[in-house]
Order: sequence, then C-alpha cells, then structure tokens
Amino acid sequence: MKLSRVSRGVLASATGVVLFLVYVPLMVVLVNSFSTSQSLSWPPPGFTLEWWAKAFQSQGALEAVGTSVQVGIIATAVALILGTAISFALQRFEFFGRDAVSLLVILPIALPGIITGIALNNFFRTILGVPLSIWTVVIAHATFCVVTVFNNVIARLRRMGTSLEEASADLGAGVWTTFRLITFPQLRSALFAGGLLAFALSFDEIIVTTFTAGVGVTTLPIFILDNMFRPAQAPIVSVIAVVMILVSIVPIWVAQRLAGNEKVVR
Amino acid sequence: MTTAPAIRLTSLTKSFGSVHAVDGVHLDVAPGEFFSMLGPSGSGKTTVLRLIAGFETPTSGTIELFGEDVTSKAPFDRDVNTVFQDYALFPHMSVLENVAYGLRVRGMGKQERRERAAAALETVRLAGLGDRKPSQLSGGQRQRVALARATVVEPKVLLLDEPLGALDLKLREQMQVELKEIQRDLGITFIFVTHDQEEALTLSDRIAVFSEGRIVQLGTPREIYERPSNSFVADFVGTSNVFTGEMARTVVGTVGDFSIRPERMRVTAGSKPGTNAATGTVVETIYVGGSTRVVVDLDAGQRVNVLMSNDAGGDVDKLRGTAVTLSWAAADVVTLASENTTTR
Repeated sequence: MKLSRVSRGVLASATGVVLFLVYVPLMVVLVNSFSTSQSLSWPPPGFTLEWWAKAFQSQGALEAVGTSVQVGIIATAVALILGTAISFALQRFEFFGRDAVSLLVILPIALPGIITGIALNNFFRTILGVPLSIWTVVIAHATFCVVTVFNNVIARLRRMGTSLEEASADLGAGVWTTFRLITFPQLRSALFAGGLLAFALSFDEIIVTTFTAGVGVTTLPIFILDNMFRPAQAPIVSVIAVVMILVSIVPIWVAQRLAGNEKVVR
Repeated sequence: MTTAPAIRLTSLTKSFGSVHAVDGVHLDVAPGEFFSMLGPSGSGKTTVLRLIAGFETPTSGTIELFGEDVTSKAPFDRDVNTVFQDYALFPHMSVLENVAYGLRVRGMGKQERRERAAAALETVRLAGLGDRKPSQLSGGQRQRVALARATVVEPKVLLLDEPLGALDLKLREQMQVELKEIQRDLGITFIFVTHDQEEALTLSDRIAVFSEGRIVQLGTPREIYERPSNSFVADFVGTSNVFTGEMARTVVGTVGDFSIRPERMRVTAGSKPGTNAATGTVVETIYVGGSTRVVVDLDAGQRVNVLMSNDAGGDVDKLRGTAVTLSWAAADVVTLASENTTTR
C-alpha cells in the first residue's frame, strides 16, 4: 500500500510518541538503579553500584521473588491442567448451555481485580473458614490463569479440527495413545504460550493478591509496593524493576520465535 | 474366504437432530471390489463412509465387516482404514513416521516398521522422501503418503473420502490410474466417495448413487450411465435431456418420463418431422475440443443439448439459427421411474 507523505509522517510520529512514552520511563528506572540518591530524585546526583549489591543480598527481596515464583509456577500448573480439560469439554462436546459456560470461564480475566479479591477473601474466610495463606493466593491466581491457557488451547483445538485424531484412531491407536502421540504434540506450543502468559499474569498481580495473601506472604509486587516509598529501599526497588524488565524480555522473545515457527509448519 | 460380503449395511440410518443424513441404506460390497458412492454434497455418502470407519455411531441399523458385526466397535478396533479428504497427515512427524504410525501403535519394533514403511513409500513412488515433513510435500505427494499410511497396515477395506478432490485436473487423472493399479495390486476392497461422476465412472466396478440419504441407483458404471433409473441420476451422472409429462408425449410419443443422452442424438439440416425425431432451431453451437455442443430449442418448447463428434465432418457452426431435425434410435430412449424423491 502506498501512503502519502503526510500520512506517513503522522504514522511515524504516532509510533514515536508511543515508543517514547513506554521506554523513556523504563530508562529512568534503569538510571535510578545506579543513582546515589536514596529518594529517586532527578537528575541523579551521582552513580553507584551499591544498590545492585544490596538488592542481591536483601533477604526481603529474595524471599519475595521466591514466593512469587512459587505462586506463579503452582498457579500455572493448575491452570494448564484445568484449562486444557475445560477446552476439550467445550470444544469437543456439544451440550446445552455450552456458550454460557464458555463465557463464565473467560469472565474472571475481565472482572476487576478488586471484585475478585473481595469475593475470594469473603469466600475463603467467612464461608469456608480457611485461613489466608500462600495457597489461597495460588487458588485466586489460578482463576484468571486458567483463562489464558483456555483461550490458547481452545483456539488450537478449533484450528486443529478432529481429523488428525480420527486418523490416529483409524490407524489403531487408542484414546490415550492418540493424546500422547498426536494431540499433545499439536497442543504443546499453545500450552507453552498459555502457560507463559499465565505465569506472567500471576507474577505481577497485586490487587487480588492483597486480598487473599495470608500474614507474612509477600509476593514481589507487594514487596515493591511496601518498599517503594521507604527512602533506603527505593533504589533497591529500581534494581528489582530492571531485573524484571530483563527477565520479561526472554518469554516475549521465545513466544515470538514460536509464533514464527508455527507459520512455517502450517 | 467365505462368501460373506466385505461390507454389509443393513437399514443403516444416521440422524443429526431432525435431519436424516443417512436414511435406511442397504448395501453389500463384494471383497476386492472398487466401489464408489457418488452423490452431491449433503447426499449422505460421506456420512456412510464415516459410519463404516466408526467415527459416527448409527442411529439404527448394522454394519458388518466380512460377516462380523462391527456396529458398536471403536474405529481402532475395525479392520478398515481411511484416506481422508484433507489427508490428515500428522504435521509434527516425518513422512516415514506418518506411514509407520499404524505399525507403531500396534507395537511393531522400530527397525521392522521403518522397513515396512519405506517399502510402502516405494509402492506409491515416494522412495527417498521419508525424512521430509508433510508440509514440504506437494498436494499429490501428500495424497500418496496418506495412501501409503492407510495401506501399510493391510486393512481388509480401504475407505477413500474424496481423496482426489484437492488435486488439479492433470494430477487427478494421473492419480486415478494409480489408484486403480494400487487397488488391483493389493486386492483389497476400496470404498470411494466422490461427487465427481466422471471419476466414479472411470474407476469403479460398481457405483451407488446417493441422494438425500438414500441410494437411488446401484449398478455398474455402464448401467448407471446408459440406463439411469430416474431423472435425478440421469441429470447428476453426465448430462441428459429429460422429457416428462406432456412434453414426453409430444417428443417421444408415449406418456412417461424419458431421458436421451446428448451424444445419442443427431442433428440434420432442415425440418423433417417423423418418429424418433423432433424439429427445432439451433440457438448456439459450442466447440468443446473433440466434439461440439449444439443447443436446440425444440418447436415443442423444450431446450435440448446435443453432442456431435467433430470428426463427423460438415461445419456445424453454419447451422446456427436455422431449422434442424433431431433424431435418435428408439433404443437410446431411457424410461425413467417416476420418482418421489425429487431432485433438489
């Protein structure tokens, strides 16, 4: 498509503005992690590696990372199993109310976190009488992690159709063999993408976590929020932020490469 | 082997909600037969195939395979294999792994199944392509992989669901010849689903013509083509000039429904009424290579197609717009059963 010079100029500046707004603040965080100022004042009065050294020794920060990883992995694992099962139920079987169930499954991701948080908090404490702990956080996270897995897997199942599985059965494979040799390999990249997204959602979730975490359960986002405005801790938070930026690039890169490969296979 | 038919369908019915996709089909297919199920889309032919394969459960009726009732058996417990319309090759496996799949799930050792799969690839002339992925093959090659994959497990019956539908004309004609050869070599029963009447006529020992979930005619290609039993078959298999009611009395001279094939009619210049003849005016002549199609409006009112061989001599084109006489042999008039299951 050919564009006029004016429209090209408009599109270029729009792109520029968006990239500027996203990446300049990130650069500020990066610079701040080396700043000698304890209160993130700008411009930085000087530079130091002190915070980087401190961050990797900070007991609180390390524990928070551990908690977040633990919650993320377990919630993702739960989501992978339940999300796949729900996808099969809704894609491969026809039953009354299927569309309604589908909507109910997707809803948690659209629901405001504060609502989910309050509802689950009430449910756990008042109705079930269960004390809040790390496990209540896992369950709460799983409610929306299931959605990303579900969306990815059901899209794949829809595109895949049933003919590969029929071909496998036709050639003599039982239900389980067909799943192991045909269905699962076809779903693998969808499960990976859905799982990655689920983990990322869980990893930076703060609102629902606030309402469902037991005493002493500090995930990384909660740690950051707690320490953000403590003078001595602010630069450490910057360091954590920079590390998280670097770590988030990896899954995006992997997911993009996977998506690229898919096209070739198809 | 006893005289039990390869396939016996008894009162086979499959309903989807209130739609009868298959409506009381009875059918015997003999061992070693190349049998075609021909019909337009939605006529139930593919559903019958899926019922035989076991992908669908019949609403009522039974399916027997060499005398054994397999109606309620799962696809993997039936000695039939399918070549799918979209081939359904496993995209994450190599060509060789695809072909070896049926042997693998039967528990055959790696070495033996690879040898057998390689041999099967050789019979479909794909030797040396075993390491490729299906996505790296052309349509015709994928088709052959599907064929090799389904035949390597030595089924008693091979089901083919419009296997040539996705190929271009040249390749399709080539594959038709190969299919026929492979069937003869293996000596197994082929059940071939198609909506292409020419393909069915070329390949089959027998054809069942399907319409609205029923078999409307069963016979050899010659019977189906030359003696269509009703106007649906006359119309669907090749082109026909069908005369019914008052028109039949005027043109053919008898009450009833009749059909005359275009190539069985002759066109001569001038208006000479008589028995086994009708007068009319040429509206159009269309050159179609080996022959010319002459479109004639009969004086009685109906439009008729005539196919004239081009080696018959004479310039047919100059007949355009002139009065002509159509004639035919009495033996070429086919009496059609007046049918309740109308076309469309």
